[in-house]
Amino acid sequence: MKLKLRVWRQKNSDATGRFEEYPLSDVDEHMSFLEMLDMLNEQLINEGKEPVAFDSDCREGICGMCGLVINSVPHGRGETTYQTTTCQLHMREFHDGDTITIEPWKAEPFPVLKDLVVDRTAFDRIIQAGGFISAPTGTAPDAHAAPIDKNNADHAFDNATCIGCGACVAACPNGSAMLFTAAKVSHLGMLPQGQPERWTRVIGMVGQHDEEGFGNCTNLGECTAVCPKGIPLESISRLNRDLFSALGKVK
Amino acid sequence: MLQATEAGRRIPLVATTTQPSTLTARQKALKSTVIAKFVMAGSGILMALFLLVHMYGNLKVFAGKTADGQWAFDVYAHHLRVMGEPILPPEGLLWITRVVLLVAVIAHFASAFKLWARAKKAVGGKRYASGGRVQRSYASYTMRWGGVVILLFIIAHILQFTTHTIDTWGGDAAASTPFERLVLSFQNPLVLIAYVIAIIAVGLHLTHGLWSAFATLGANTGAKARANLNKLAVLIALVIVVGFLAGPFAIFFGGITL
Repeated sequence: MKLKLRVWRQKNSDATGRFEEYPLSDVDEHMSFLEMLDMLNEQLINEGKEPVAFDSDCREGICGMCGLVINSVPHGRGETTYQTTTCQLHMREFHDGDTITIEPWKAEPFPVLKDLVVDRTAFDRIIQAGGFISAPTGTAPDAHAAPIDKNNADHAFDNATCIGCGACVAACPNGSAMLFTAAKVSHLGMLPQGQPERWTRVIGMVGQHDEEGFGNCTNLGECTAVCPKGIPLESISRLNRDLFSALGKVK
Repeated sequence: MLQATEAGRRIPLVATTTQPSTLTARQKALKSTVIAKFVMAGSGILMALFLLVHMYGNLKVFAGKTADGQWAFDVYAHHLRVMGEPILPPEGLLWITRVVLLVAVIAHFASAFKLWARAKKAVGGKRYASGGRVQRSYASYTMRWGGVVILLFIIAHILQFTTHTIDTWGGDAAASTPFERLVLSFQNPLVLIAYVIAIIAVGLHLTHGLWSAFATLGANTGAKARANLNKLAVLIALVIVVGFLAGPFAIFFGGITL
């Protein structure tokens, strides 16, 4: 298929970005979106132009490295409306002759490093503020030593699938990272291993979330609608409940 | 990658744009957007409860006259001033309600402004080529400008029916009763149109606002709760819109006359 790509080009964080258009032909419908961009970059290099910078790593939808805003939807949305990472979006979701607009995540706490690559270390600092448990060293306890309610285990696992890609922030009209923060708070807060730090965790992570300059949640649900892992919106309600309890418990 | 600092804290070796804060984690959490959202949700629910009571009271326009020949609406309006007597002084409960509502409006507006400013800064004026709506409701787009419309309406509404500064009934306020002022005002199409616009803004604001308040206060416990809370918000908004518009429309189309 033949495509027209409108790609955001930006030299570095200080430069002003702009769209550039590139025609691309002979795109195979079985290609992944990133393979299509690899093809574009080969074409650009052959023409003696600067290739488009974009992030990717595992290319199997589990690492959280890739992430592009495709036609104004983070990670893109094909005809099948299947929620996935950019690397698992395939060109069969598009048609011959389509114009595809490709942009980086846009939010102040995620400065663009180059073209489509953004700096997401703000997420690392939110994790450092509480997204951990303390485990004593020595012999590991038996895995079944601490019984866990099946319902809690399931919900904790659902939240643990967050890969920290940042699509929630990219989709949020308020630039909020609440879904990410809530996923981490839910994941650890629902398991026995996460209980000792449960209340300081939510306080620390919410404080850091705001300090990084992320916006507030207005319960629109755009985040959960683009999340490749389907982190549910109710996690944010759980974070709110935990924060409310924590403020009474932590002095 | 981490590096130890003199204070023994470990900070990441990356360029940060934020200054290290001197607040404790708890102080930061107390100043966070989540707390501002709690204030927003609490004051919003309080005002919605007031609206339900206010709407119920307004329906007294349909009650006609009492046995002693007074309009039921006027009896009700007078009762609002003496409610709670003799435990409370005259107009005691009225003033308590006014002060509580004023505090709620100020808290709601102040947190709205704080959150709006934060969100604006977090997005930094950068948005996508074509809007980027995925599934958010239409009502959610009306929250901010709708809130301003409602605030302006509340001010006009008080100037009209409480202080009688804006005269829409043509005549001396002291010589007329609340029911007379109400009926004469809503016979004017301009008054009705302005009122309808304001009430629709209230309805849209409540459709998203109530759901959002419930979720913020922690009631969204799952996909089913999310659907039910959204339905509840729509139901309350509908009841309020229909309840408030019924009287003025009945007056305008001649169903209620003096």
